[in-house]
This record gives sequence, structure tokens and C-alpha cells, in this order.
Amino acid sequence: MFELSFIWAGIIAFAVLTYVILDGFDLGVGILFPLADDEQEKATMMNSIAPIWDGNETWLVLGGGGLFAVFPLAYAVVMPALYMPIILMLLALIFRGVAFEYRWRTERWKPVWDAAFFGGSVVAAFMQGIALGALVQGIKVADRAYAGGWWDWLSVFSVLTGLAVVVGYALLGATWVILKTEGRLQRQMQGHAWWLGAVTLGFIGVVSIMTPFQDPEYFNRWLSLPGSIFSFLMPGAVLAAAWALFTGLNAGKDAQPFLAAISLFVLCFIGIGISFYPNIVPPNLTIVEAAAPDKSLRFTLVGTVVLVPMILAYTAYAYWVFRGKIDPAEGYH
Amino acid sequence: MFDGMTAETLARMQFAFTVSFHIIFPAFSIGLASYLAVLNGLWLRTKDDRYLTLFNYWKKIFAVAFGMGVVSGIVMSYQFGTNWSVFSDKTGPVLGPLMAYEVLSAFFLEAGFLGIMLFGRKRVGDGLHMFATAMVAFGTLMSATWILSVNSWMQTPAGFSINELGQFVPEDWWQIVFNPSFPYRLVHMVLAAYLTTALVVGGVGGLHLLRNREDAPARRMFSMAMWMLIFVAPLQILAGDFHGINTLEHQPAKVMAMEGHYDSHPDGAPLILFGIPNPAEKRIDYAIQVPKLSSLILKHDLDAPLAGLDTIPDADEPPVAIIFWSFRVMVGLGFAMLGLGAWSVLRRMRGRLYEDRWLHRAAIVMGPMGFVAVLAGWITTEVGRQPFTVYGMLRTSDSLAPVAAPAVAASLTAFILVYFFIFGAGTFYLLRMMNSPAGAPVPGLKDGPIRTAGITPVQQVDPDATPGE
Repeated sequence: MFELSFIWAGIIAFAVLTYVILDGFDLGVGILFPLADDEQEKATMMNSIAPIWDGNETWLVLGGGGLFAVFPLAYAVVMPALYMPIILMLLALIFRGVAFEYRWRTERWKPVWDAAFFGGSVVAAFMQGIALGALVQGIKVADRAYAGGWWDWLSVFSVLTGLAVVVGYALLGATWVILKTEGRLQRQMQGHAWWLGAVTLGFIGVVSIMTPFQDPEYFNRWLSLPGSIFSFLMPGAVLAAAWALFTGLNAGKDAQPFLAAISLFVLCFIGIGISFYPNIVPPNLTIVEAAAPDKSLRFTLVGTVVLVPMILAYTAYAYWVFRGKIDPAEGYH
Repeated sequence: MFDGMTAETLARMQFAFTVSFHIIFPAFSIGLASYLAVLNGLWLRTKDDRYLTLFNYWKKIFAVAFGMGVVSGIVMSYQFGTNWSVFSDKTGPVLGPLMAYEVLSAFFLEAGFLGIMLFGRKRVGDGLHMFATAMVAFGTLMSATWILSVNSWMQTPAGFSINELGQFVPEDWWQIVFNPSFPYRLVHMVLAAYLTTALVVGGVGGLHLLRNREDAPARRMFSMAMWMLIFVAPLQILAGDFHGINTLEHQPAKVMAMEGHYDSHPDGAPLILFGIPNPAEKRIDYAIQVPKLSSLILKHDLDAPLAGLDTIPDADEPPVAIIFWSFRVMVGLGFAMLGLGAWSVLRRMRGRLYEDRWLHRAAIVMGPMGFVAVLAGWITTEVGRQPFTVYGMLRTSDSLAPVAAPAVAASLTAFILVYFFIFGAGTFYLLRMMNSPAGAPVPGLKDGPIRTAGITPVQQVDPDATPGE
């Protein structure tokens, strides 16, 4: 159980979850960008993430780089299998990433970069959701290589998970803006968070019901110990998070909706973990099979154990530095 | 557009295209991050406003260039998997950990402190702001260290064995990280980044001096850039020489192609200055050459024998013409940089550094040449590694993912269109920022993401703002 490869599976899972939450809310701000009424609201929304989006996106590089380092076979199988969604995601991230700087460098082309910010955020989120759905469906592997076709990733299910992620990220983004702003923008986002929360819950329900039909193995994992414990706990936990979200919104709380939205993501992520385990790439590539030799795992682990806590510490510090409301009347300081 | 090409050719074109675009930005941001740390440190020590003006000027340029480097870099970290998955599976146990260390020790550091460096001076105070600025600079250097270790291992693999699955597996991490060509490549690249930045800063300084000789920040940056050139250009030529000798030891075929030595020279090889490579006939046409000089440079002995490409099996020969040319471009530009530095010293001794308009014009012409030299150098070393991905061990043709040509062609087309659009626009904004003098805001444009939030005239309450703005 406490093999190096399992420790590493845990670390990679942590990195991916951290990415989903952190870039989730800043992609969500991009998805909601067109809902801003005027230039000042746009500026406020973008400023709420400008100092941190770059660090958030680095977790995606850690996900890719980490997979390459410790599960090279999984990396080598998944990337060709998800070729098109990954390339489209990368291109979308380029468009939205440069928009942070470009839109302040021009007046004439500002609408172009605003559209790039919005479009890039939507497409990146959608492609991440599609990638997730395609993984859950399972990836054909033969002879240590991807053995499926070019369009295997596209299905009703993966489009559904794609939409679910777009809406879920928008929920994270809305609750983040609630946390960081006051006044009219905050009230608007409270309204949006309501329906986004409801739709997200709907997606969670539909995807949860459809998931077991993607692979009979998933049924077994959820209906036999230890997974069955979660089958009982999970719906209750999701409902509790939803309750916290909606009561927080009704009471006009700053942080509670954001934390509740994050909890929803954590719960879904745990659910996916239960479905996958002990595979890293369903339906039949296991964590142990995909792992690099112990020497590679150990060498990387030494640094990770030291560096990841440091990264978390100074990332937390950077968030602390830029804490509090963005006050558009005073500028940012 | 790409009809009839194999998936391998297309995947190679795609990698060459995306990595060439990418390297431009790190080559600039490595040097610029260090320059910003120096400027901020000088400002804190001397309280000379020119340094603060320059810091704020280059800071905005850095933010744009850094953003372009980040987004083009994320593409790289996934392209190993999408197009070169067999390579990834085989080399992952050795190269993956080095890249993971790059992310952990460099990317997070840069990203974590960049926000504070750009927007946080008021929030954290001068001391911590200086620390953040230094961390960003340190992060760029750490990043260079790890990724050059990875690249060097592909050139001169060491410290590994091969397991029953055909994977390279680590035996000795010290030997892997500090593989034979790594120290040379690291020094050569970091100096190249510093030179590239010095040339850009010098070019921008020269431009504003041409317009206004009394422009104080322009004088400062021009002077700093010219000092940098005269010290770093000779060091770089020396480092390049050492690097070449190291390459001769470990990758002789690459040096043969650089030198254009199709034939062996048992008693002293000539240095071919110029000529037209003729791969079909395996000779250099119209060669202008200096007898025995190549042996002197590479072996430090006029009569030392040097083997030629006739000793290398055709299947292992790199494409000679590309390497022959790219090498000459790089070396030629290296000496031009030295020349510019020397010219500036002569003018400085006469006290005419800020008056010689031809020197300023030359600096402008040389402004982008660091990028050209960096690209030419990388083309030399990467094309020179062919036909292998891991030199001598794994062929490029055996590294490819199971991708179909149309899929690679489609993604390559998308990359070309998007990159020219996005980075074209970015380059335009960078040039426009450089075109406006330091200390003067671009008319009608606001300052940047954070300060634009204000509806009050932020400059008046912003200690980051430069006096006189």
C-alpha cells in the first residue's frame, strides 16, 4: 500500500486538484467576463486575479511535468489519446494568458483581447472537462501505446462533462468575485452564483448517474467496500456543500460561497478518485504499471517533500499580500 | 499545405516551430529579470531616480514578455506527450524528474513572486519587494539550469542504463544532471541571455539618445548595456570555444558539420570561413579557408589530425548545410557584439558615448541580433544532434508518438496561425512600449492591470510611479 508509486499518485492527484480549484476560479472569472457591465467592472474582475493567475496555471505544468516524471507511461498514453482536446486547451490558454497584459496595451484592440480572454477561458475549461470525460470512458492501450482512434474522446458523455466543468468553473469564478468585491458587481455575482450553483448540482447528478455505465468496474467499486461507504456519504456531503453555498449566498456572506463551491469540487474529485483506483488510466493501466522506476520516484520525492510545502507557503503569502476587497474607487494598493 | 509529408517530419517541424518561438522569450526574460533586480537594488542603494524610472519602464516590458514565455512554455511541457510519446515513455524516468524539479524550484518561484514584483511594492515595502524581485531573477536562472541539464543529457547522455522495457533508467543522478556537456551549455546559454538583453537595452537606449541626447534614463541604460557588452561578449566567445571543444569530444559529427569538414584531414584541418555546402557531392563549394586554423582552434595544434564526415555512416550524419550556416550566423554575430562593445569603449574613453550617432544607430541595428544569435546557436546544436533524440542511443524516427500525419498537420497549422497572431501582436506592443521614452507614459494609455483600476489619477498617489510622469 505504501509503495512509492501510491505516494506519487497521491501527490499528482493533489497537484491536479489544486490546479482545478485555483485555475478553476480564475478561468471562471474569464468565463463570466462578458457579464461585467462596464470597463470598471471588467478591470475589477481582471485585477482580482492578475497577480495570481500565473501561479495558478503553474500547477497545470506540474501536472504535466509530474506525470512525465513519475508516470511516464500514463503521460505517453494519455497525451496522444487526448491529442485534440489538449492542443485546443493549450491554444485557448495562450489566448487568455496574453489577454492579461495585452488588453492594457491598446485601446483599439481592447475588445479583441477581451474576447480572447473570454473565449480562451471557455474553451480551456470545456476541453479540460472533455479530457476528464474521455478518461472516465477509458483509453485503449496496447503495447505501451495508445491504441484507439482520433475521435474516441468525443462522446455525449465527454461533452456533458465538458459543459459541467465550464459551469462549475463559472461558479467558482462567481464566488471568487463575491469574495473580492463589493457593491453592484458583488450583488450581480451573487445572482449568477445561484443559478450556476443549481446547474452545477444538476450536472453533478447526471454525470454521477452516467459514470457507472461507462465501465462495469465502476459499479463494483462503488458497491463494494471500501467504496460503498462513500456511496452513502457522498450524496449527503454534496447536499451539505450545496446548503452551505445557497445559505451563504442568501446571507450575503463573503467567503462561505467560495469555500462551499471549492468543497463541491473536492467531493467530485474524491468521487473520481474512487472510480479510478487502482488505475491511473482506466480501464486497465494501473498506478504500479505506469510508475517510473523507484530510483526516479525517490529522487523526485526528496525534492517534492521539501519544495511543495515551500511553494504552498509562499503562494499563500502572495494571496495574503493581495488579500481583501478590490476597491475600484481607490485603485489597487 | 503539408501534403505528402510524414507524421515524423511534421512533428519535427512543429517542435522546431514552437520551441523556436518559445526560446525567444526566456532568452530575454532571464537577462531582463537579472537587470531588473540590479536596477531595483541600485535604486534602493543610491535613491537615484533614474534607476527607479528604468525599473518601472522595463518592468512593464518584462511583464508582457514573461507572459508570452509562460503560455508558449506550457505548450512545450505537453508536446513531449502529444507528438513524442515514445520518447516520453523511454526517457521519462531520467528526464521527467529533472523537469519536475524545474517546475518545483523555478516556475513556482517565478510565478509566486512575479505578482509581488509587478504590483506589490506598496503592499510589502521596499525590502520584501526587492526580495521578490531577486526571487524572480533567481527563478529564471534555476529554470535555465534544469532545462539545460535536460537538453544536455539528450546531447551527451550519462549515468543511465536501459531496462527490459527499453526505458532509460537512472543509475547515478549526479552524472545525469551534471552530464558532460551541461556546464558548458549552461554557461553559454546564460551568457547568451545576458547579451541578448544587453543588446535590447542598448538598442532602446540608442534609439532614445538619437531623439534626445539629454534623456537621462536613456543615457543610463545605454551606458549600462555597453558595459555589459564589453565584459560579456569576450567571455561568451571564450565559453563558446570551450563548448565547441567539449562537443568535439562527445559529438564529433556535429562539429564536422559546423566546420563543413566532409573529408578527414590527417595533417591539420583548414578553417572554412565561407562556402556553399554541397550535400549531394559531399563537399563545400567555393570555400574560402585558412589552412590548419581549424586544427589550431579545436586541438590547439596546427598539425593535429581531424576526422571528417567520411568517417560517419550516412545514416548517422546530421543535415550539414543547416548547421554550417546557422553556426556561421551565430559566430559572426558574436564578433559583431564584441565589435559594438569595443566601439563603445573607444567612444567612452573620449567622453563621446552619448554623442556618437553612428554608435547609437549601430546599437539599434544590433538590438534584435541577440535573438538571431540564440536561435542560430540552438539550431546548430539541435539539428547537430540529429538523427537522434538521445544522442547515439535513440533515433528521432523511433521517438514519435502513434500520431497520424493529418492530425499533426492540423495542429501545426493551428500553432502557426495562432503564434503569428498572438506573438505578432505581443511583439508589436513590446516595440511600441520600447518606442516610448522611459519616464513618459504612452499618451492615452493606462499603466497596467492593477493601477488602471483607479478612477483617481493613480500616478499622484502611487509611489511606484516615476517622478516627472
